[in-house]
Amino acid sequence: MAYSLLEGNEAIARGAVAAGCRFFAGYPITPATTIYHNMLNLLPPLGGICLQGEDEIASIGFCLGASMAGMKVMTATSGPGISLYSENLSFAIGSEIPIVIVDVQRLGPSTGSATRGADGDINFLRWGSSGGLPVIVLAPVDVQDCFTLTLQAFNLAEEFRCPVFLASNKEIGMTRESIDLQKVATPGIVERSAAPSNQPLLPFGVDPGQQVPNFLPIGNKVLVRQTSSTHGADGYITTDSAAIARNQERLENKLLSAINRFSFHEHYSIKHTDTLLIAYGVSARAAKAVFKAQKRRGKPISLLVLKTLWPVPENVIQQAARDARRIVVVEMNLGQYIREIKRILPQKQVDFCGQMDGRLITPARITEAVDHE
Amino acid sequence: MNSLLNAARPPVLCPGCTHERITHSLDQAFQNMGLAGHQIVIVSDIGCSGLFDTFFHTHAMHGLHGRALTYATGLKMARPEINVIVTMGDGGQGIGGAHLLAACRRNLDLTLLILNNFNFGMTGGQFSATTPPEAQLGSGFLSALERPLDICKVARCAGAPYVRRCSGFQKNLAEQIQDAIEYEGFALMDIWGICPGRYTKKNRLTPKMIDDALAKLPTIDGVVSENVRPEYGQHYRQLAAAQKKVSAPAVIKPQFTAPQAGRQEVILLGSAGQRVITAGELLCIAGLTAGMKTTQKNEYNITVLRGPSISELILSPQEINYTGIETPNVVVALDQEGVDRRRGLFERMAPKALIIQISGVNVPTSKARIHHVDLRALGVKRPDWALASLAVLAKLQQIITPQMLEAALKIRFKSNALDSSLKLVKQVTTGKAA
Repeated sequence: MAYSLLEGNEAIARGAVAAGCRFFAGYPITPATTIYHNMLNLLPPLGGICLQGEDEIASIGFCLGASMAGMKVMTATSGPGISLYSENLSFAIGSEIPIVIVDVQRLGPSTGSATRGADGDINFLRWGSSGGLPVIVLAPVDVQDCFTLTLQAFNLAEEFRCPVFLASNKEIGMTRESIDLQKVATPGIVERSAAPSNQPLLPFGVDPGQQVPNFLPIGNKVLVRQTSSTHGADGYITTDSAAIARNQERLENKLLSAINRFSFHEHYSIKHTDTLLIAYGVSARAAKAVFKAQKRRGKPISLLVLKTLWPVPENVIQQAARDARRIVVVEMNLGQYIREIKRILPQKQVDFCGQMDGRLITPARITEAVDHE
Repeated sequence: MNSLLNAARPPVLCPGCTHERITHSLDQAFQNMGLAGHQIVIVSDIGCSGLFDTFFHTHAMHGLHGRALTYATGLKMARPEINVIVTMGDGGQGIGGAHLLAACRRNLDLTLLILNNFNFGMTGGQFSATTPPEAQLGSGFLSALERPLDICKVARCAGAPYVRRCSGFQKNLAEQIQDAIEYEGFALMDIWGICPGRYTKKNRLTPKMIDDALAKLPTIDGVVSENVRPEYGQHYRQLAAAQKKVSAPAVIKPQFTAPQAGRQEVILLGSAGQRVITAGELLCIAGLTAGMKTTQKNEYNITVLRGPSISELILSPQEINYTGIETPNVVVALDQEGVDRRRGLFERMAPKALIIQISGVNVPTSKARIHHVDLRALGVKRPDWALASLAVLAKLQQIITPQMLEAALKIRFKSNALDSSLKLVKQVTTGKAA
């Protein structure tokens, strides 16, 4: 056992490099800037590319261009930057461009507080782009998650050809923590599936049963078309409503139908407990402290820590809540993800423990919510 | 060479639209250069200029309004060998103004064709950044209020090394486009044309009028000698190749025993400029040398050398969950700003807890023990106070030992910084219990 000391943002950068990311573009913004600094240190010596865009729109635009050229790409920002990413997010969703986007959340709304944490973008990440189609959002809890979930994020972006968010938080990204890098279990590396390179490409064509089109990069012998317009399999504008409907449904189903394969979570289940605590992000750390303390106090509860937030891992939530009478949802906002929990568990009592003032939710506050209905 | 025009998708432009002439001139330029479709990517955005990518058998990337240059930048950096042609209207140029300026400053080898027809054609003839104020357009009197932008002047000022203003009706347009594509660097062409669908409904504009207008302007016809410099991509790769590889994170082997068993919580309450965050990192590293798990949660304002700076440090043999500190074992009061930000925590401190109080800093009453240190009297400069406070802790055998601190300094610092920090740590005396 020997530890290294890493901040969450550095772990994300190192995870990205380990995943094969060789292109990063970003625009400085607290508390995400150190991801950019780390990528600037890490990528050029590896032959990779790290750019500072003239703004966030340019930064994500660079990434989408490089991704279409076949590179694994990442950008990092905070809430104000996610706002500016919005138009290109819908491009990446609708036109199936793999990209990993880190949102190191800070207290909003708007420019808010640059150096205070929050989980205020959780619904924004899911719903903040035109068209309303799903994205993947993973939420790290600690520095180890920052590393491993970044690897998972790249794998998912490659497999499903979609934007994958890492919903971090100032209190994870800029917090340093000991980590035993030797003990970190890492997934295998996934690459986007390639189309044959000796025949013309239908850039959005799928075989029966296939959910994600094969990819070829712009720049090779076979011509590749990419477009933000509503397109058919050939990548040209289409007005064929049946083809449009098929494509939109595929864009939704490719993620919703596969969610059970990437429902990352930790479930600490104690039999015959009345209450299930559900938490994600940095608040899950306080929730875990409460879980342990309640056990010591002889008033055990169960705990579900969600690390995949979108698409909603409904099966995981339903199974974890099966025997609980009451659910307490902990969030560093005024109540966002709890809407999903209430939607999935209409028959349960679902209570909220939240706070949005730039401070961490303390174990004492969660304990109070657990103890007092 | 054969035409790269897409026979299956002929141009769908209004009869008389200059864009059609430009389409054929661009195709002619490709043919003159002997380019195959896969050696080219056409990057376009929204508006009639955004149809260009469909007219050609080339790679294509069509995206959001005004953002074509951004996709092109990513593509060109990733694939330096391909010819990247960006088409944009005067609308896209306006909405993507920041990208245009940046592209001029960057000098990446892209060719930007601005199809300038003085209005937003597709959406109904609203005014653009280049609309003359006297024009009658869909945006009514608003177009009379804004001054049209001289794209070429702006591009030159912004550092574009190749700028050309011309008419879409020019006979040698293909040669001029070829010249722009062949230029190794950012090349911009401001190509004036007629929008018969919208602009000329109420405004008279003929090829002759365009020629006359151009003749009145200073000629801008290619290389801008004062802006000639290395191409961005080549320059980038040259500088990137000289960057040193970053080593893996230091792995810190446990070699000491911490003076106190069990979980320890320390808060450094200081202000910006005291290197509080670095001291916090050192305390964590020192903890790692004793095999402890550690977390460092920091709090500071967005200002750089002003305002409170606080570091909350937990060292524990067990897993650390919550990273905040409610009842610290040790508080180091380095500066009034930090203390004032966390006044509430003092009343929660236990009698066994310790406050290291640096002279000149007032702390609220508490049950905790207080240990005074006069760092000024010891000749320690303010930027070293946080580090000096770690030396005090080590010498008092609180949280860390002098050996743990020395090991941490050797892990964290090198050469001069290491020498001076080791010297400082030796120089600091423990002060006195209050």
